[in-house]
Amino acid sequence: MDLLLHLTIVAAIYAIFALSLNLEVGYTGLFNFGHVAFFALGAYTSALLSLGGLSFPLAMSAGIVAAGLGGLIIGIPALKLQGDYFGIATLGFAEIVRMILQNQADWTKGPMGLPGIPRPELFSWQFDTLPAYLALVLGAAAVTFLVIGFLTLSPFGRVLKAIRDDETAAAILGKNPFAYKMKSFVIGSLFAGLAGVLWAHFITFISPGDFTLTETIVVLLIVVLGGKGTLWGPVVGAAVLIFFQESVRLLRLPPEWSGILGPLQQMVFGLLLVILMIFRPEGLIREKGKDTLARD
Amino acid sequence: MLEIENVTKSFGGTQAVAGCSLSLAGLKITGLIGPNGSGKTTLFNLITGLIRPDAGEISFQGRRIDGGMTHRLASMGLIRTFQLSRVFPRLTVMDNMLLAPQRQAGERLRSLLLRFPQVRREEGEHREKACDLLDMLGIIHLQDQFAGNLSYGQQKLLELGRAVMAEPKLILLDEPTAGINPRLIRTMIDMILKMQARGQTFFIIEHNMDVVAELCEHIFVLDHGEKIAAGSPREIQNDPRVIEAYLG
Repeated sequence: MDLLLHLTIVAAIYAIFALSLNLEVGYTGLFNFGHVAFFALGAYTSALLSLGGLSFPLAMSAGIVAAGLGGLIIGIPALKLQGDYFGIATLGFAEIVRMILQNQADWTKGPMGLPGIPRPELFSWQFDTLPAYLALVLGAAAVTFLVIGFLTLSPFGRVLKAIRDDETAAAILGKNPFAYKMKSFVIGSLFAGLAGVLWAHFITFISPGDFTLTETIVVLLIVVLGGKGTLWGPVVGAAVLIFFQESVRLLRLPPEWSGILGPLQQMVFGLLLVILMIFRPEGLIREKGKDTLARD
Repeated sequence: MLEIENVTKSFGGTQAVAGCSLSLAGLKITGLIGPNGSGKTTLFNLITGLIRPDAGEISFQGRRIDGGMTHRLASMGLIRTFQLSRVFPRLTVMDNMLLAPQRQAGERLRSLLLRFPQVRREEGEHREKACDLLDMLGIIHLQDQFAGNLSYGQQKLLELGRAVMAEPKLILLDEPTAGINPRLIRTMIDMILKMQARGQTFFIIEHNMDVVAELCEHIFVLDHGEKIAAGSPREIQNDPRVIEAYLG
């Protein structure tokens, strides 16, 4: 039971993380390969401030704002780049953030990480049990889902999709691609920061090793698997991926197999992704709009 | 209206547009013709700021527009279409149309959140107008389809509808009838004439001389980036320089 609660919490945090990335990748066409940086900024900012004695609501807000500011700062140069060049720039940014966390040891304790991050307390409510934390995380996921859902279904979201499809044509129609990409990127970063905050206060121990390229790949995988450019895709993707990942651990395998379990998991992942991309490239959930003409 | 003065643009050693000057003052439907590679599309790209001229000035409604301000032109009243249609393939036909209106409250985050009733009202009005236009173009039954699923001709009609939907002062059409079937060409011409009757002005690149003769009151002819002739369709047809440019 505890395991199930634990998994649901992790899946919900990844759903928030994936929803925020989907706004960028799926709706705006921004291939952000460094999304983990904003998750890390949220996690570290909130963790450090909490350990310094700040209350959870303030620490959380600071974490979210730090991630958003990070997005703004890297967005100014990076969003002037097109497609894959933007991807490389964000990848580089994520490495820079991780290197700073690792080497700026007098702030972050470097590779030792930050242990003992307090569980949150909000308006005299303690979120120190699994069910309580689950409620908090599900609440945050619902807010993220509603906000991003509202944005993407609005005329604002329509402009994002237009820029994704054809930036020049969108500019001809009077939409400023840079300004819209920036808004999408900063909003995505804010919610990635939120996911990071919730992660740090749930796991209660973070270190730079938690925020590597692998995390970005996992969350990209969730978005693509679930169906990019759809509202439910990241949620479904997060649930499927996290539960699948952890269920492998529950298999009653002989103890001498334990050494190959990790690599095996990765291989099964890779295989699943290949199969999915061949048979259902649009992901588990399809983008709305009729496709009937394509079939006749 | 649109004024182009002494505009020059070269790519490497080739002069794509060479000291070209023209004015659309007082004209309703103007044609721009010339052999392949004569610089017509380059001129459109210069006008819409997709590329910068090496020299010369382009102004619209008395304001300089040359050089990289593409996204500001629509709200000034200048919209173009492309030779190979550029609809948004993963958006529905209706959403393509709804992107065109300028200064939508729902496209700005602040007014989206603070003035939602206005956003809804605008959406309703735009949707109604888009329905009318799609009906005129004969593609209303496709409104919920992804635009990328439309035939090439239907995409070009949609692109024209989208341009009209933006209510600009001037629409630049880059070969609107190229590569589409005669029935759709008819729809296209009728639509352009209908809009012209409502006061819409057009500047059209076109190779189909029947279409040019039917639509345009005035024609500019480009060859090797230079304006070699200007006048009514009849004058142009009998101009020896034009005949020479086309027949070599």
